[in-house]
Amino acid sequence: MSTDPGPGFDLDHAWCVDDRVAVRPEPFGALLYHFGTRRLSFLKNATVLAVVRSLADHPTARSACAAAGVGAAALPAYERALATLAESRMIRERPVPETAAS
Amino acid sequence: MSLVEQFERGLGAPICLTWELTYACNLACVHCLSSSGRRDPRELSTAECREVIDTLHLMQVFYVNIGGGEPTLRPDFWELVDYATEHQVGVKFSTNGIKIDAEAARRLAASDYVDVQLSLDGATAEVNDEVRGAGSYATAVRAMDHLRAAGFAGFKLSVVMTRHNIGQLDELKALADGYGAQLRLTRLRPSGRGADSWPELHPTAAQQRQLYDWLSSRGEQVLTGDSFFHLAPYGGPLPGLNLCGAGRVVCLIDPVGDVYACPFAIHEEFRAGNVRQPGGFAKVWRESALFTELRRPASAKGEVEAGGGACRSCGFFDSCRGGCMAAKFFTGLPLDGPDPECVRGFGEQALQAADPAAVPRPAADHSHRRGPVPVTIGRPPARACDENPLAGLAVPAGLG
Repeated sequence: MSTDPGPGFDLDHAWCVDDRVAVRPEPFGALLYHFGTRRLSFLKNATVLAVVRSLADHPTARSACAAAGVGAAALPAYERALATLAESRMIRERPVPETAAS
Repeated sequence: MSLVEQFERGLGAPICLTWELTYACNLACVHCLSSSGRRDPRELSTAECREVIDTLHLMQVFYVNIGGGEPTLRPDFWELVDYATEHQVGVKFSTNGIKIDAEAARRLAASDYVDVQLSLDGATAEVNDEVRGAGSYATAVRAMDHLRAAGFAGFKLSVVMTRHNIGQLDELKALADGYGAQLRLTRLRPSGRGADSWPELHPTAAQQRQLYDWLSSRGEQVLTGDSFFHLAPYGGPLPGLNLCGAGRVVCLIDPVGDVYACPFAIHEEFRAGNVRQPGGFAKVWRESALFTELRRPASAKGEVEAGGGACRSCGFFDSCRGGCMAAKFFTGLPLDGPDPECVRGFGEQALQAADPAAVPRPAADHSHRRGPVPVTIGRPPARACDENPLAGLAVPAGLG
């Protein structure tokens, strides 16, 4: 599944913001810009911004969501948002330092 | 509040900032937005340009669209590009290709932080040179050859849509594809010298429809700088923000440091301040009276006031939002009324009723003094079907 570049997103993998992405906080959330693809993206609220910014500090995207206060009911929406960011290469998988939960 | 409503209230810094580095230009295009030709002696110095870049860095402006004039004519052009990219300010610059030789192309291809936008206004020399001047097609093609040879994929081929090149949409796409470039189509504005050439060059109503349909079927393959939102009533919005970004998400810095609400509105009416003032660009962007006014909900300048205006009762107002402020202003139409190219024809009616003597003139003319820039009247269409017929900004669908 993790090799599928489509809509699938592995919440149980380790992720981080791509090195070539700049994140600018705005009243509505944030703007993201990828210097390599020259594409813009939006984060539509402060929670998704907190998730994205903390991805690199968590072993999995799921734990980043939990730490930002995303409950089970809201999780699918955040998974979709993260999948969109992964598709546009704003975030990328990072090597797992230890065994990933699944 | 929707994202668009948030944008209408303005951002901490522009998404899309155009910076015209010089009014000097080797060409004299009949539709030039800034009436360029001669360098202004008050042009910002290299040191002043560096200060502007420092400010943009602090404001986290991701990239600037550098234009002119022909920006590569500034002797410090490459130095300023390097200074910007060293400070995490990406550069996309517009050029007619005059300085894009093999060496420049190699240098550009080596950087992730620099993008190039070649201007060409026809798929053939005949159509292009009519607007941009003799030899300009060959200059642009030579520059594109160098970019391709250097392996610069994905540069932009930028075309202003006119009555004479709308019939060449497929040829323009093929031309861009052949270079591995991305086609970018923008709207002809009646700004600068365009104020004089617009009546002859702007697309017919049928051509606007043709353009809309063509763009609709191409989706995000073709960039439009969000410039055709006035066509949305034909059947829904084209990709992009579909709002007038003037003073909200875009603005212009001109060669002498004046800050205008948008690149199409170089006129005192739309001047917010100057980067040479205390506080610099950041203060102008955040605090100027003009930008504050433009960010007011249902601004009287940017859009139709909720309590008045000829568009108020139109069922399509939510999709076109009254069209382009600059297009109205420089054709003498009231800002709270229809766009001159309103798809329902209200603009045409308004133009007929407008007083030609009351039409505002662009702020300044930097044209070469070698005589008037020719505007061809009644040129035949490039192809029989032409009478039958959307900086940058490709905004993907938002999240959530």
